[in-house]
Amino acid sequence: MSAETSTWTTKKGLAQMLKGGVIMDVVTAEHAKIAEDAGAVAVMALERVPADIRAAGGVARMSDPEMIQGIMDAVSIPVMAKARIGHFVEAQILEALGVDYIDESEVLTPADETNHIDKHAFKVPFVCGCRNLGEALRRINEGAAMIRTKGEAGTGNIVEAVRQLRAVLAEIRRLESMREDELFVAAKDLQAPYELVKEVAVEGKLPVVNFVAGGISTPADAALVMQLGAEGVFVGSGIFKSEDPARMATAIVQATTHFDDPKILADVSHGLGSPMRGIALEQIPDAERLAVRGW
Amino acid sequence: MKIGVLALQGDFAEHVAMLRSIGVEPVEVRLPEHLEGIGGLCLPGGESTAQRRLIDRWGLRQPLLDFAATGAPLFGTCAGMIVMATDIAGGEEPVLPLLDVTVRRNAFGRQLESFEADLTVPILGDQPLHGVFIRAPIVERVGSGVDVLATLDDGRIVAVRERNIIATAFHPELAREPRFHRLVATMAAEHQEPAEGSARRRHPTRREGLRR
Repeated sequence: MSAETSTWTTKKGLAQMLKGGVIMDVVTAEHAKIAEDAGAVAVMALERVPADIRAAGGVARMSDPEMIQGIMDAVSIPVMAKARIGHFVEAQILEALGVDYIDESEVLTPADETNHIDKHAFKVPFVCGCRNLGEALRRINEGAAMIRTKGEAGTGNIVEAVRQLRAVLAEIRRLESMREDELFVAAKDLQAPYELVKEVAVEGKLPVVNFVAGGISTPADAALVMQLGAEGVFVGSGIFKSEDPARMATAIVQATTHFDDPKILADVSHGLGSPMRGIALEQIPDAERLAVRGW
Repeated sequence: MKIGVLALQGDFAEHVAMLRSIGVEPVEVRLPEHLEGIGGLCLPGGESTAQRRLIDRWGLRQPLLDFAATGAPLFGTCAGMIVMATDIAGGEEPVLPLLDVTVRRNAFGRQLESFEADLTVPILGDQPLHGVFIRAPIVERVGSGVDVLATLDDGRIVAVRERNIIATAFHPELAREPRFHRLVATMAAEHQEPAEGSARRRHPTRREGLRR
């Protein structure tokens, strides 16, 4: 018997274990403990939550390895960390640290305006953002073992996440309804490999787990995207920019499990204090939108 | 035949699909009342820390222990094994102390140490079984009533059974491996409707005969 590590099944499989769960952005080991205690299935270690990255401006990069290591030591759940789009050396560093998943993320300032990281070249699995099905399939083709719609990070506004999730799922339904000889052109239009397009048309779902990110700030937001068909959620600024992070975190975890039970949703939404303030999308100049990063 | 799948968090959809593929009607269990009418229960992989909190929040702990006490089969994979262990190395409180073993979480290390390997599981026949291990636990100690069903080449224990409780450190549901689920379905059927030869009930025809 020979054991084989870092196979496609194990890469994709860890994301399958996170389904129905909440992955929370944390900036300190204390945050990470709060997240784990609330029932997070994983944490995303980063220096600043997206709302602060947005406010600070400048170039956002991979976090300090010392800070990531501190979080890895503090919790027993999987730890993810972000690398800039196309910055394969940041990814090499994160792999050397031993993080459980790398997020090639539009929340950081892109390092390459044409190419994403060749994720097949890594032993550690990657999650990547998308706005539509074509983008999702291009990322999977590059080796992403998990997909998340991007939403618009750091806004506390769910509207982009809903738009993108609906877009992905509608495009999947459209492929399902097509004749086989129409899939070639569908692949051309989606700018995605034919083999993946065909697989989606046959299976009626993405070949990897699909979470939603960017803008979730209440239990109702989480339940909304779960009812629409998300397999789990990322919550960034929504927890640690709220009035009572521990309570908000717990409530969002409960709402993600019981997304289809309005009585429980009402129960967990009680007395949470104020969620993060949030920004209307119209107030964000095009140049400051994060979701458009990624090619 | 209905078999439940604890659907709080994790790869419960994969267990549901596996049960459906072997002709069993799956039931997603999120609240105590969902245990009604099922003949067995699968506890999926996932994050045991998250599952623990979800079990406690809506009062599932006692109903799950009561369900196990009826003798119906429970089958846990990975996190499901941790959730049912009487002892968790490192001192975490047990969740549902049903299986007299000590498990160690993330025993192989982090995700980079996740692996696939073929295993021999004698009770499932000669055909080797493909094991998918993801941040997997290991069984470090087994109680006297626990049967070891499979080990790695180095002897570490990765599958066990104690009476009606079965647990694996790996994920048959990710490997298109239906034999454990078939075994659970058979045990559930036997539990609900004991067949000829069962020690728990006399054979119906013989019982008829005795009455006359």
